[in-house]
Amino acid sequence: MSTKPVTGIESRKTDRQDAWWIEPLFTVLSLGLFGLYAFWVALNRQHYEYGPYLSPFYSIPLPGVHAKDLDWLAISPAFLVLWIPLGFRATCYYYRKAYYRAFFWDPPACAVPELRKAYKGERAFPFVLNNLHRYFWYLSVPVVAFLWYDAIKAFFFEDGFGIGVGSLIMLGNVILLSYYTFSCHAWRHLAGGCLNCMSKHKTRYTLWQRISRINESHGFWGVVSMLSVWFTDVYIRLCSMGTITDIRLF
Amino acid sequence: MSTVTFRVFRGDRNGGELKDYTIEVQEGMVVLDAIHQIQAEQAPDLACRWNCKAGKCGSCGAEVNGKPTLMCMTRLDTLDTSKPVTVRPMKTFPVIRDLATDVKWNYEANKKIKPFTPAPNTDWIMFQEDVDRVQEFRKCIECFLCQNVCHVLREHDEKTGFIGPRLLVRTASLEMHPLDVENRLDMLKNEGGIGYCNITKCCTEVCPEHIHITDNAIIPLKERVVDEYYDPILGFFRRLFGSKKQTQAPSSGQAADD
Ligand code: SF4
Ligand code: SF4
Ligand code: FES
Repeated sequence: MSTKPVTGIESRKTDRQDAWWIEPLFTVLSLGLFGLYAFWVALNRQHYEYGPYLSPFYSIPLPGVHAKDLDWLAISPAFLVLWIPLGFRATCYYYRKAYYRAFFWDPPACAVPELRKAYKGERAFPFVLNNLHRYFWYLSVPVVAFLWYDAIKAFFFEDGFGIGVGSLIMLGNVILLSYYTFSCHAWRHLAGGCLNCMSKHKTRYTLWQRISRINESHGFWGVVSMLSVWFTDVYIRLCSMGTITDIRLF
Repeated sequence: MSTVTFRVFRGDRNGGELKDYTIEVQEGMVVLDAIHQIQAEQAPDLACRWNCKAGKCGSCGAEVNGKPTLMCMTRLDTLDTSKPVTVRPMKTFPVIRDLATDVKWNYEANKKIKPFTPAPNTDWIMFQEDVDRVQEFRKCIECFLCQNVCHVLREHDEKTGFIGPRLLVRTASLEMHPLDVENRLDMLKNEGGIGYCNITKCCTEVCPEHIHITDNAIIPLKERVVDEYYDPILGFFRRLFGSKKQTQAPSSGQAADD
């Protein structure tokens, strides 16, 4: 029988033997790369359109306003829309978990020690602002509605109705974004979660149940919809640059 | 049959050490079996708490290879037994001796939660859809693994201003109860410290009853706190038309069973 003293150093490290660092590493890489890509796309101001396809980064949520009519603006028209999904995702309960763990190490993984002692959580500025998540949800609903409009428009080419690979990509993207937006925890609360007596509100109860079902995978919708926004932009950009050719299926 | 080394914490609140015990293990054993075998064969004074060996009494919480878990529900074939298996007491609570910790703080913090308060002359009829949510919370076995893993308590030792996930679950079971008329939002925001929770979900990850602690209890409570304190538009209308919620219900002043 051997003995090993418990030292102060030991209490600052974890006994976990699994690869707990993979998840925060994935978060840092995916959010970091997506953030850089989105910023570059916004500054780039070209190749965001191809035929009836429009990149989601340049879908302005104002009726009758198209990004190309806003060339006179000093800032990129992409910034007129980007602050809404940025605010929605930054205050989203799933992304909060992801970035608190990966970027702030509060904590990096369960039962793994943190780096800093001071901690106020969401009681003080800036993270207390995360309580305004529902307002970004209100703003995100019209953004998704405009993306549906863009996705439907992507089926109408110069020669009439048709289906291109790009049309399907844009449709898939807006479906994933809708799942993400309508599985939101704040929406779940507003739709029915705030009630105590469900039996008196049958319609809201049914709605709440449906939202609850997709809310279980809210993080999944968050990640895949982010990837699909990136992929949709890359596809349209490469078509517009002439690097690839869009295939018309119909 | 093979031999496995267990590196077990021996000591009390003043400190201690990890001691290695090598034992013969059989197929189907759980960590609690191994601890009992060590007690029987090598260390009769090794202290650990247990009761049901069925994951239902919530007594045998510990940290196996750094992960908070019930020892009776952790099979050895889920662990890498080619290396020593570390077994420590729950870190967040003071050690009484070896693997037994003093979890009394949880019962003290529980007193902050106002008890179940029905309206006078309540009609005790409820429908299943009214209590579905609350029934999930009633599965809690009070193992306090969620309290142990929560970084607010574990790393920051915030035991004055925060009640922890287990007690947030209990508050949710009362706040969402169709027949309860008490208002606990002020407690949640202030002495309950729900704002300390940054929904990093470790409590949900360790819960042996698979209660969706964050998605079904804490986040819905956070949204109710937002309704009351952080939503400027709702606040405006509340001032205009008066709050629907009762703020001062009759209370016996003691933490009774829910
Ligand atoms: S989600 Fe909140 S209550 Fe649960 S462990 Fe994390 S900080 Fe603690
Ligand atoms: S909520 Fe789950 S982890 Fe927390 S005390 Fe109850 S059973 Fe244990
Ligand atoms: S002995 Fe009862 S939960 Fe483990």
